[in-house]
Amino acid sequence: MPRYIAIFATNKHSMNKKNGTTNHRVPDFSSTPRIDKVGVEERVSRFQKRSIKSSAKLQGLHMILNMIDLTTLEGKDTPGKVRQMCFKARHLHDVHAGLPNVAAVCVYPSMVGVAKKEVEGSGVKVASVSTAFPSGQAPLEVKLMDTKYAVDQGADEIDMVISRGKFLSGEYNFVFDEIAAIKEACGKARLKVILETGELVTLDNVRRASDIAMYAGADFIKTSTGKIQPAATMQVTYTMLEAIKDFMDETGIKVGMKPAGGISNSKLALHNLVMVKEVLGEEWLNNEWFRFGASSLANDVLMQIMKAETGHYQSTDYFSID
Amino acid sequence: MERLEVLKTYKIYIGGKFPRTESGRYYTPLNSNGKQIGNICLSSRKDVRNAVVAARKAFGGWSERAAFNRGQILYRIAEMLEGRKSQFVDELVFQGATKKNAEKEVLMAIDRLIYYAGWCDKYTQVLGSVNPVASSHFNFSVHEAMGVVGVVTDIETSLIGLVSLVAPVIAGGNTCVVLANEKMPLCAITFAEVLSTSDVPGGVINILTGAQKEMLTPLANHMDVNGIVYSGTDAAVVKELEESAALNMKRIRVYDKNWMDIEAQDLYQIADVQEVKTTWHPIENIGGATSSY
Repeated sequence: MPRYIAIFATNKHSMNKKNGTTNHRVPDFSSTPRIDKVGVEERVSRFQKRSIKSSAKLQGLHMILNMIDLTTLEGKDTPGKVRQMCFKARHLHDVHAGLPNVAAVCVYPSMVGVAKKEVEGSGVKVASVSTAFPSGQAPLEVKLMDTKYAVDQGADEIDMVISRGKFLSGEYNFVFDEIAAIKEACGKARLKVILETGELVTLDNVRRASDIAMYAGADFIKTSTGKIQPAATMQVTYTMLEAIKDFMDETGIKVGMKPAGGISNSKLALHNLVMVKEVLGEEWLNNEWFRFGASSLANDVLMQIMKAETGHYQSTDYFSID
Repeated sequence: MERLEVLKTYKIYIGGKFPRTESGRYYTPLNSNGKQIGNICLSSRKDVRNAVVAARKAFGGWSERAAFNRGQILYRIAEMLEGRKSQFVDELVFQGATKKNAEKEVLMAIDRLIYYAGWCDKYTQVLGSVNPVASSHFNFSVHEAMGVVGVVTDIETSLIGLVSLVAPVIAGGNTCVVLANEKMPLCAITFAEVLSTSDVPGGVINILTGAQKEMLTPLANHMDVNGIVYSGTDAAVVKELEESAALNMKRIRVYDKNWMDIEAQDLYQIADVQEVKTTWHPIENIGGATSSY
C-alpha cells in the first residue's frame, strides 16, 4: 500500500478532470523515481550544442515570442504599468510587420481587471498569480479567496505556488490537497502550478513535486516564481519535462510546461525549445502546452529577429522597455 | 639540456577578460625583417558584438563614476605603463621601429595619459557654458558622455596612436571597442595587460585584433555604437564609416595627426566624443538688479 495517500486521492476514482483531479491511481509520492543528476547534466549539455542558424533560427524566434508570458510581478506595479505592458503584448515591435503576439500577460490578482480590459479581443490571455504568491504562506481559505478573486476578475489562467515548507517536511498529502482545492476553485481557468524549484534543493524533490502537482490536477507545471535564484535552469526544466512524459505515458493526459525566471536571452530559449522537442515531441511546441515566463526575453528575441532581418546588430535604444 | 622557449598566446580583451576569438582563427603578421610577430587572434563579427555588449554594460558605471576618480584611474594606467616601459620598447623595436624612436614613443604615451588624466575633472567646466536667454530661465549647457565609442587605428605608430585615441574617449566617460592596428597588434595586446592591472573596470576598454576589413562593417553599422574615432587617411575606410553611421546617426571623427607631436593632444578631442545637454531652469527674474534673490 502507498504510504502517503492524499485525502482527495483516496476517493478520486469517481472524480473526473472537471472536479480537479485525475481519475487515475495516485502513486506513492515517497517513492517517485530518483534523478541521476550527472546524467541530467550530460543530457542537457547536449541540447546546448545544437547549432540553430538562419531560417530555422528565425522560425524558432517567432515561436518563442508567441510562447512568452509577459510578466510584471512587483510591489510597485500600477494600473499604468500594467496597461503599458499589455500594449507591448499586442505591439511587440510595430516597425516590423508579421510578428506574433505574446501568449499571455501575467500579473497580480489586483491587476487582472485592468489587464483583461486592455488585451480584450487580441487573443492574448491574462494569467494571474495567486495563493499568496510568491511565498504561499497563507491559510487555504485565503488562497482560495485569492484564486476566486482572480478568476472572477476574468483571469484565463492561474499560476499558484505550492507550500514548499510543507513539501520539504514530507507532508505531500497536504500539498496534493491544496493543489486539488485550488484547481476546483479555478473553474474554467487553466491552472499552472509553480514548484519554486530554487527552494526544493534537489532534482529528486523537483520530480516528486512535479508528480504531486500533475496527479492533483495541474494543467501546467512551472519552475519558479522568478523571486528566487536559481530559477529555470535547464536541468530543472529537463527533469520536469521527463515527469510530464512519464505522466502522459501513465495516464494519457497532457500537461504543459512553463520555465520561468532566468531565461533572458534567445539562445537559452532556443535550447529550451530543442529540449522540449526532443523530450516531449512537436505536440508541445505551441503556446497551448509550452510557455516562457519572462520579462526581458521578449526584447532580446526582437533584437535577434531584427538582426536577422537587417543584418545589423541592434541596440536596446530602439525597442520599448516594457 | 637546452631550454625550450615558452611562446606567448596572444589573446583579445573583452569585458576585462582575455578570451580567444570565438571563431578560433588566427593570423601571423610579419615584421619588417620578415620575421613572424606571433599568432594573433583573427577576431570575427561576433567578437565585435560581444565587445560592444561588454562596453555597453560598463558604460553606466564608468560614466557615472566621479570625474576625479576617472582621472585617478587614467593616472594609474600611466603608472603601470611606466613600469613596463622596456617591454613596450622591445615590442616596438621588434615591430620595426628604431630603439630611439621606440623609447620616445613609449614616454610620449605615458605623458599623454597623464595629460588626459588631468582633464577628467576639468573639461566640463571649461567646455560648458551659461547661455543668455530672453526668458526667465537659467540656461546652461554641459557635456555628457556619448556612450559606446569605436576606436579604429590605421597608423604606423601602434602604441602612441592607440593611447592618443583611447585616452580622450574614456576621460570623457565613454566606453570603447578598439580595433587594433592589423599589422602591428603587439602593443595593443600588451596595453590590454596594462589595463587589466590598473583599476580600469572591465568592459570600459575592449581590444580586438584581426582584419580591419572584417571587423569594420559590423562595428560601423552596429546600432548600439554611438560614435567612432578613426586615425588614418584611408578614404575607403572613411566612406564606409560615414555610410554605415547614417543608420543610427553615429558621430564619426577622423584624425590625421602626427601623434608623436606634443601639439597632437588637446581638450577638443574630449569634446569630440561628448554630447551637449542644455537645461532650461525656471527662475523668477532674469536681471540681477530686479531679482528677488
